[in-house]
Amino acid sequence: MQKLQIIQDRVARQVMFALAAFAGLIVFLMAFGLFVRSRPILESFPLFELLSSSSWHPLKGEFGLFPFLLGTLWVTGVSIVVAVPFSLLCAIHLSEYATRRICEWVKPLIDLLAGIPSVVYGICGVLIIVPLIKNHLAPLFGTFSTGYTVLAGGLVLAVMVFPIIIHVALEVFSSVPYEVREASLALGATKWQTVKLVVLRKAMPGIIAAIVLGISRAFGETMAVLMVAGNVARVPKSVFDPAYPLPALIANNYGEMMSVPLYDSALLLASLVLLLVVVFFNILSRFVLIHVEKGIQ
Amino acid sequence: MSRKGSSKVNTRKVEEQFFKTLMIIATLIIISTLGVILLTVIMKGLPALSLSMITQTPKGGYYLGKEGGILNAIIGSLYLAGGATVLAILISLPIVMYFNIYAPKKSLFVSACRFSLDVLWGVPSIVFGAFGFTIMLFFGLRASLLGGIIAVALLVLPVMSRAMDEVVKMIPRDLLEASFSLGATRLQTAAKVVVRQALPGILTAVLVAFGRGIGDAASVIFTAGFTDSIPTSILRPAATLPLAIFFQLGTPFPEVQDRAYASALVLTAVILIISILSRVLAKSFTKHVVK
Repeated sequence: MQKLQIIQDRVARQVMFALAAFAGLIVFLMAFGLFVRSRPILESFPLFELLSSSSWHPLKGEFGLFPFLLGTLWVTGVSIVVAVPFSLLCAIHLSEYATRRICEWVKPLIDLLAGIPSVVYGICGVLIIVPLIKNHLAPLFGTFSTGYTVLAGGLVLAVMVFPIIIHVALEVFSSVPYEVREASLALGATKWQTVKLVVLRKAMPGIIAAIVLGISRAFGETMAVLMVAGNVARVPKSVFDPAYPLPALIANNYGEMMSVPLYDSALLLASLVLLLVVVFFNILSRFVLIHVEKGIQ
Repeated sequence: MSRKGSSKVNTRKVEEQFFKTLMIIATLIIISTLGVILLTVIMKGLPALSLSMITQTPKGGYYLGKEGGILNAIIGSLYLAGGATVLAILISLPIVMYFNIYAPKKSLFVSACRFSLDVLWGVPSIVFGAFGFTIMLFFGLRASLLGGIIAVALLVLPVMSRAMDEVVKMIPRDLLEASFSLGATRLQTAAKVVVRQALPGILTAVLVAFGRGIGDAASVIFTAGFTDSIPTSILRPAATLPLAIFFQLGTPFPEVQDRAYASALVLTAVILIISILSRVLAKSFTKHVVK
């Protein structure tokens, strides 16, 4: 009886170890799987040409990803410019100023915002932001626009990025020791001076990590952007131009990709590029965050 | 106090007040975006919602504005998210038990796995979809419920396992040692002590993962396909709510677009219920927890 239990324990240990190893390797498996599938196109064209060419004509065998990369960068850029000030101010408010009761109300709402599906964000973008840009913002700047633009994509993404930046920033702020704040206040600094000169300065690496995590979220977000960004395969020149971000390209063409040679390979290469960029950003910011946590303790 | 000093105090106070106001405005704006989103979905969706929407599958010409509903997508989404959640539990629980009970303390392997899961958390869902697609090509599978379940299970795995990990980490070491000292093996301790102690947290993790799975569209677009009927087998394609919303909104007919809003209301309601449920469960399932 006891022997059986010990054997069970050993088997369980092996199974659990194998599963843990599998989970740890998924990222590598993904990169490998996508790489294998994108090899046909990498063998036909040099990588640099694929990434820097602007001509996207799958039927003619031309797969230039440059407009899509730029589309992604524009949309991500707009979203970060909008999201960073709002979410940092909100995070400072919640961690330094707000009473416990306000925090108890606000934090679950922000969690809820994080849980809303991207399709619903997309619908709200189509119903609110697109008409707003078409009827009010674009005429204000003296241009015509359909509303399906870089700006629309960026604004929708900004709202989706709020929760992640706030969440990580709150954790970083809470790791700044309380004594540091008290020392500053005791010297006669106001609360805001303490925040600006002590808390923010000490939390800076962590804040940058939070922003980078936000960037990588925005970089890969698909459905919401697909619905509002316009999807025209041209390099945007202003925020009132349509964009066609990389994830939207992948999602939009799943139907036809198997019927055109190299098309599927090109799309899986696009996924691989997306994966590598996001993984790079994530590794960077996670390292900083681990460092921040250790530095405090 | 000299005049110079007092004016300096004044600017400090003004600055303090200025930034405090900005912060409150920022917080209010962020909260109100949630309000605006919920209000939009309710105002647009409620008038278009009807009983037949949620009790019928699409009839011929549904996407042109004819009779039918989105039952196929509701059931498909429940199957898909349910299957993916179960699969993810089967992988997550053992991993978390290994991290916290079996592995030696300060194991490099465990730190590397946790790190890798954190990175996986950040990978966009469209990449999970594309990867799921390459797996399916490899095994010669077509777009099916099974393909979707695998892709979504991988997608929610980091969410679920890291959330469970945080809970199990919190269990006091003494409790484990008490169990060991009674002669229990680590497996028995894991199954009978740890799971019970961490049950509220585990349930929350499961619900959060289910919510993420049911709301995700980009990972199922390649893998689960889309169909107008309710899937009868795991190898058949399955419709999902987010994709149904996307397709209905993409048609040029206002009646069908209205149905997209109604479907969005259904999906949002599901997400809200899950979110509230997880909060309630986390509070009330503490019967077996030693405090």
